[in-house]
Amino acid sequence: MSILVFVEGADNEIKKSSKEAISYAAETAKLTGGGDVIAVVFGTHDEGALASLGSHGADKVIHVAEESLNQNHISAFGDALTSLAESHVAAMIIMVKSAFSDNVGARVAGKIGAAIISNVVSLPEVSGDFTVKKSIFTGKAFATVKVPGDKKVLIIKKNTVDLKDDGASASVEKISAPVEVKFTENITGRDKAEGGILLDEAEIVVSGGRGLKGPENWGIIEDLAEALGAATGCSKPVSDMGWRPHHEHVGQTGVKVSPNLYIAIGISGAIQHLAGVNSSKVLVAINNDPEAPFFKAADYGIVGDAFEVVPRLTEKVKSLK
Amino acid sequence: MKILVCITHVPDTTAKISFTDDGTKFNEEGIQFIIGPYDDYALAKAVEMKEQTGATVTVLNVGEAKTEPTIRKALAIGADDAIRVNAEPVDAMFVAHQIAAIVKEGDYDLILMGRESIDYNSGVVHGLVGSLVDLPSFSPVMTLDVDGSKVKMAREIEGGKEYLEAELPLIAGCQEPIAEWKIPNMRGIMTARSKPLKVVEPVPVDVPVPEVVSYENLPEKGAVKLIDPENAEELIDLLKNEAKVL
Ligand SMILES: Cc1cc2nc3c(=O)[nH]c(=O)nc-3n(C[C@H](O)[C@H](O)[C@H](O)COP(=O)(O)OP(=O)(O)OC[C@H]3O[C@@H](n4cnc5c(N)ncnc54)[C@H](O)[C@@H]3O)c2cc1C
Ligand SMILES: Nc1ncnc2c1ncn2[C@@H]1O[C@H](COP(=O)(O)O)[C@@H](O)[C@H]1O
Repeated sequence: MSILVFVEGADNEIKKSSKEAISYAAETAKLTGGGDVIAVVFGTHDEGALASLGSHGADKVIHVAEESLNQNHISAFGDALTSLAESHVAAMIIMVKSAFSDNVGARVAGKIGAAIISNVVSLPEVSGDFTVKKSIFTGKAFATVKVPGDKKVLIIKKNTVDLKDDGASASVEKISAPVEVKFTENITGRDKAEGGILLDEAEIVVSGGRGLKGPENWGIIEDLAEALGAATGCSKPVSDMGWRPHHEHVGQTGVKVSPNLYIAIGISGAIQHLAGVNSSKVLVAINNDPEAPFFKAADYGIVGDAFEVVPRLTEKVKSLK
Repeated sequence: MKILVCITHVPDTTAKISFTDDGTKFNEEGIQFIIGPYDDYALAKAVEMKEQTGATVTVLNVGEAKTEPTIRKALAIGADDAIRVNAEPVDAMFVAHQIAAIVKEGDYDLILMGRESIDYNSGVVHGLVGSLVDLPSFSPVMTLDVDGSKVKMAREIEGGKEYLEAELPLIAGCQEPIAEWKIPNMRGIMTARSKPLKVVEPVPVDVPVPEVVSYENLPEKGAVKLIDPENAEELIDLLKNEAKVL
């Protein structure tokens, strides 16, 4: 029996949250009494970078080195992972929640008849029935779920466990794609912000709302984000009006983030916005209205004008470097 | 062109979530239920396609009789008919098996769902159905255009979007800005009453189905610590030395 971890990333860039999923699998293996943790990595990578996944808890890395799987092909990745889950008698398949992984996990679970739980926020409890805690109602509550059966797919939320980093090294097995690509799907183009920090992966997020008055004022948000090494986000009306791209929209109908620090500037704190940020460790609100609902959810707050306050914060952060 | 739209019946996004019976049941008292916001985008897209190309639109919900007002609302928005699978939607895999059974019988060209439900937020039902009925599935889909059997889509990826082409039939998990949410008009509400709503019993599911043991709310937040805007810089010191997040 083994635990498979679906790892996202290509070109030697393995997502940090996928490394966390490997650490989660290693902890789970200890709790359930063993089994190899096998990290499955697709796309172009150097062997050395892959061997270092051992440091996070992988016993072994399977590298599916196949050009055609460098793309986000949901059913092809699902079929490839299904075949590996079968050949390695996987009792569990673990991955971290993302717009892509959910889909791959679902395709595998359907094919192998595994119980599937998404948005997992705890290690399993195994003293009686196998249970895990998951976040529900868009972060407004938790459910403890009993997961029956001998095959399980767990999709965990980022920041569920600490990243293990013990310097160990894993063996790497390179294989070509284990299955044929069944459905045609041609990627014809891609618009991707280059260089910036990805919202989903960021440890710090600086987000702006309608209080910023217009896209021309986003410089103060970007400057603070840059000084902090943070990603930038926004509220829904801001992306609806086209001030910022859609992938920066945070909340109930946008990206759900769980960084260490979320700074909301000129965002009122509507319940739908909070739904996307309430699993952040520390929330900061900056708003000139003392009655803004965000102050009820925040850990720290400044009642003041963003245009005066934010540049001062940026200067202060720079002065600490 | 036959379109199937799968909708959830979920608490309004502003609903206060609470539980009863020692945290073993969701407290539905005083809760307003709505069509899931992402499902509402899927429905709006289907109705738009019906208006433009004459597609037929069937809505499907796996739920108990109490979901019928939500289904009627979807009919009022413009779906032609509806199917309700008479079962409590306890788990994504259970729901996916129910939807798969309907898909296998229905010969649909396009199956639209939401990117995720807002009660269990799993984001997996479309992928599960795709793998159970052996159709490709895509999510989160932001634009979708059908031309003959070719489908052009934009899908959100981390940090941007990707454009792709695939063939019908397929399953898409939708999100904005795929179409504008539609509000039912008076005529829609009147005609919805007489549109067919078929109730079918669930099919048995032969795989283990997870079960909720208990629910809990988030831990209470302490009061906010306010920093005088005159000393705004102090915030950075607190984040560094007290909260230890810098
Ligand atoms: C089904 C549904 C789903 C939704 N999903 C989302 C979602 O995913 N994400 C989301 O964000 N919203 C979502 N919304 C919308 C949500 O209800 C709010 O309308 C939205 O979050 C408000 O955005 P905002 O805070 O930027 O704007 P506003 O509510 O207009 O707030 C602007 C704030 O800026 C402050 N301000 C103004 N000037 C200044 C200044 N100079 N300095 C400092 N502060 C200033 C004001 O006091 C105010 O509090 C959803 C709504 C629905 C119905
Ligand atoms: N009970 C249900 N009835 C019909 N469709 C559903 C149901 N549950 C989920 N779906 C569909 O599957 C999508 C993804 O749901 P989920 O995987 O629960 O996040 C939803 O947006 C709906 O389109």
